[in-house]
Amino acid sequence: MKKISKSLSALLLGLAASAALADVTLLNASYDVARDVYKDFNPLFQKHWKAKTGEIVDIKQSHGGSTKQVRAVADGLEADVVTMNQANDIEFLADKGLVAKDWAKKFPNSASPYTSAMVFIVRKGNPKGIKDWNDLAAPGTQIIIPHPKNTGNGRNTYLSAWAWALKQPGGNDQKAQEFLGKLLKNAPLFAAGGRDATTTFMQRKMGDVLITFESEAEMIAKEFGKGEFEVVYPSLTMQTEFPVALVEKVVDKKGTRTQAQAYLEYLWSKEGQENAAQNYLRPRDADILKKYSAFFPPVKTFTVDEVFGGANKAFATHFKDGGSFDQIYVAK
Amino acid sequence: MAAKTHRVLPGFGLALGYTLVYLSLLILLPLGGMVLKASELGFGQIIDIALGERSLAAFRVTFGASFLAAAVNAFFGLIVAWILVRYPFPGKRFVDALVDLPFALPTAVAGITLATLYAGNGWLGRFIEPLGIKVAYTPLGIVVALTFITLPFVVRTLQPVIEDIETEVEEAAASLGASRWQTFVKVIFPAIFPALLTGFALAFARAVGEYGSVIFIAGNLPLISEITPLLIISKLEQYDVLGATALAVVMLALSFILLLAVNLLQWWTANRHKNNEPLEVTAAKASGGAQ
Amino acid sequence: MKSNRATQEPRWVRYTLLTVGLGFLFFFLGLPLVAVFVEALAQGVPLYVEALKEPETRSAIWLTVAIALAVLPFNIIFGVAAAWAIAKFEFKGKSLLITLIDLPFAVSPVVAGLVFILLFGAQGTFGPWLSEHDIKIIFAVPGMILATLFITFPFIARELIPLMQAQGKDEEEAAVSLGASGWQMFRRVTLPNIKWGLLYGVILSNARAMGEFGAVSVVSGHIRGETNTLPLHVEILYNEYNAIGAFAAASILALLALVTLVAKTIVEWRMKKETEMLNTVLAPEKT
Repeated sequence: MKKISKSLSALLLGLAASAALADVTLLNASYDVARDVYKDFNPLFQKHWKAKTGEIVDIKQSHGGSTKQVRAVADGLEADVVTMNQANDIEFLADKGLVAKDWAKKFPNSASPYTSAMVFIVRKGNPKGIKDWNDLAAPGTQIIIPHPKNTGNGRNTYLSAWAWALKQPGGNDQKAQEFLGKLLKNAPLFAAGGRDATTTFMQRKMGDVLITFESEAEMIAKEFGKGEFEVVYPSLTMQTEFPVALVEKVVDKKGTRTQAQAYLEYLWSKEGQENAAQNYLRPRDADILKKYSAFFPPVKTFTVDEVFGGANKAFATHFKDGGSFDQIYVAK
Repeated sequence: MAAKTHRVLPGFGLALGYTLVYLSLLILLPLGGMVLKASELGFGQIIDIALGERSLAAFRVTFGASFLAAAVNAFFGLIVAWILVRYPFPGKRFVDALVDLPFALPTAVAGITLATLYAGNGWLGRFIEPLGIKVAYTPLGIVVALTFITLPFVVRTLQPVIEDIETEVEEAAASLGASRWQTFVKVIFPAIFPALLTGFALAFARAVGEYGSVIFIAGNLPLISEITPLLIISKLEQYDVLGATALAVVMLALSFILLLAVNLLQWWTANRHKNNEPLEVTAAKASGGAQ
Repeated sequence: MKSNRATQEPRWVRYTLLTVGLGFLFFFLGLPLVAVFVEALAQGVPLYVEALKEPETRSAIWLTVAIALAVLPFNIIFGVAAAWAIAKFEFKGKSLLITLIDLPFAVSPVVAGLVFILLFGAQGTFGPWLSEHDIKIIFAVPGMILATLFITFPFIARELIPLMQAQGKDEEEAAVSLGASGWQMFRRVTLPNIKWGLLYGVILSNARAMGEFGAVSVVSGHIRGETNTLPLHVEILYNEYNAIGAFAAASILALLALVTLVAKTIVEWRMKKETEMLNTVLAPEKT
C-alpha cells in the first residue's frame, strides 16, 4: 500500500515539475488528427515568443473528436484556445458564452488559418473510372465513408455531394436528397471515423472509392504506400475549414490572454502557414500556396457559408434528428 | 430457512452498512443524477425518443445481439471453465491467463482487430465469406464483438465454483451407481448453475452497454446494424445531452428489469439447492435413475 | 484421488471438451491476440521498441498502472464486504441489492463518464461549487479514478457472491462456535476459502481498469502526457496513422493482462505453502 501511494505521489510530483519550468502554460484543445500540425507548430511559436518577450511558454495538447472536445471545454476543460475542424463546434462554445460571439471575425479568413478539400481516393488505375459525384451513385459502385451523421468527415462528404447535386442543371433540395439517397445506398457500411474508413478501404480492400480530406491522402501514402491508390478531384467539393478561437473565460481566469492571442495569430505567420503546407493543409498565404502548388492542384470549391448559409444551419437541416439524413432512412 | 433472525456470524451490520453507503455514493448518486437530468424532458418525450423507429430497431439489435453473445459464452464458457479446472493439458497456464485479455485490450483495438480478421480478405473472413457468411459489417459482427468482449465473465465466475466442488460428492454419487452424466446433471450442474446464471447476466449486461468495439465491426447502418449506444453518441454529437441521458435512462431501466429477473431466478435456484441437503441424499438422488 | 473413473469423464468426452473449449478460445482469443502483435511488429522489432520509448507512451503506461492500483483497495474492501453480507445472511431485498451492484456493467461506458460530468462538470450539479474552491475532479486524475471505480465496481463482489453462496456458512459458524473472533474467522476460514474467487475478481477488475476507454475518455480531457491513459493513447496514435505505435501500445496492455499469469502462479504457490502449514496447525482442531 505504501509503495502504491509513493509511486502515485512520485507521478504527481513529476507532472507538477514539468509544468513548473515554464512561465506560462497554454492548453490547446484540438481535433483528433491535428497532432502533427501542432507538434511542429508549437516549437516554432515557443521560439518566436521567447525571442520576442523572453518568456517561456509551455504548450499542452489535447486531441479528440471535435465535438467531444468542445463539450469537454464547455464542461470545464480549461483550454486557452480551441483549434477545431468544424465551425458549428465553435458556435456551440459561443452559445455557451465561452467564446466571443463574433469569433469568426477575430482572426482573418473566418478564423480558419488553413483549409482542405474533400477528395476521392480510388484504387490504382481507377478501374471504375470514377471522376465525379454522380459516379459514386452509379449502381455497382461501393463507397466507403465515415458515419455521415456522427462524424465530421462524414458530414463534409454528405454536404459536398448535396452541394454538387444542387448545382446541377435543374438541381434543387428535393433532387439533392434523392441523389444522396442513391449515393448512400452504395455504402456497405458507415465507418466509425475517418481513420477507420481508411483502414477499411486500404487494408481490408473494401469498396471502390474512399472520400476523405485531401490532407489525409498524404497520411495514407505514408502508411500504405503511394502506389496503392490515386487521388481524384471532383468537379466541385467542399473547402473544409479549421476554425480557431480564444476561450475568453479561461484566458481571463488564467491571465493568459496575450500569449493565447499571439499563439493563434502566429498560425497566419509565414512560419505557421509553411508548417500547415508541410502537413498538406492548404495555406491561406498565396505565396506559400504557390510554393507548394505541387501538393495542391487547383480545385473548384464551395464553402458551407455560401451554399448552406452557415455551419449551424447546415447542421440543423441535415444532421439533427429528423434532418435530411434521417429522412432518407426513416421517412417512408 | 429464509427469515431466521438468529445470526451466529458477525459483521452483518458493518458489511451491509458499508456496502449500502459505498453503493449509494459511487453508483446510485450519479445514476440518480442522470435520471433527474433526463426527467427535465418529461415522461412523454422520453417515451417518444425511446419509441422512435430507429431507437426501436437499435434496441432490438442491441438486446438481441447481447443475448446471443451471452448465450454463446454461457455454453462455451462452461466448457472452458471445466477444462481449465479439471483437465491437465500443455500450456494451460497460458490459456488461463489469456481469458482476461478481452478486458485488458482497449475495446477499440478489439473492434479494429476483429473487423480486420473477419473482413473479406482477413484471416477468417477469406474462408467464411465464400460460404456465404458475412460477419464484418453485419449484425453477426456485433455478436462476434460482444462475444469477445464479454468472454471472461462466464469463465471467471464458474472457475472458482468448479474448483470448490468437492470431489467426495462426485465419488459418493459414483459409488452409489450414478453414471458420470447423471452425476453431472444431478450433482455438478445444480451446484454451478447459479454461477452460470450470474456469468450470463453479467455478460449480457456488459454487452448491452458496449460501444467501443462494436462500432468498428457493425457497419452502423440505420435500422440494420445500429446499436443503442451509437444513438446516444449521435445525440451527443448534436450537443443534445438531455436526449442522450433520456436514451441512457431507458436502456438502464430495461437492463435493470432484465438483471433483476435473472437475479431473482438465480436466488430461487440457489435456495432450492442449498447445501443443507446431506451429502448422501444428493448422491442418492443422482444415482436414483441407475437403481 | 483414489479412483479416476468416479470423478472423470470418459476419454472421448474429455478430448471432445478439450477440442471444443480450446478451439473456441483459439478463434475468439488467440487469433485476435496474434493479430495485435502482428500489426505491432509489422515493421520489425526496432520500430516496435521505438514506439514504446516515446515519452508520451511511457507516461500513459504509468498513469494507467497508477489508476489501476489506486482503484484496487476500494474494490477489494467493497467486494468482500458486499459478498459477506449478501452470501452469508438472509435479508429482504437481496436480489434488488445484487441487481444494483450489477448495474454499472449495463451502463454504457460513455454514459458512465457522462454521469460524472453531469455531477462535477462546469455545468453540473456541483460544478460551480468546485470551481469556486478550485477543486479539479473532471478532466483530471480524480475524475478518471472515479470513472474507473464506477466501471470496475461489481467485479470482485460478483465474483465472490456465487462462490460464497455455494460454500455456505457452516465452516464459519463452526469457527465462531469454537471461540474464534470475527477477524480470526475471516483470516483463517473465509479468506482461504475465497482466495481464488478474490484473485479472479482482482485480476478481472484490474484488466478492466487498465483497458477501459469509453468512460475514462469522457472525463480525461485527453491532455497529452498528463491525463492520457494507454487506451486513450492507442486511439490517438491510430487516428494519426501511427498503426505501429497504436498496436504496440495495445500489445503492452495485452501483456499487462498476461502478467496475471505470473501473479496467479505466485499466489498459488504461497497459498499452497500456507494451507499446508495451516493444515498441520489446525488439523487437531477441525473435526
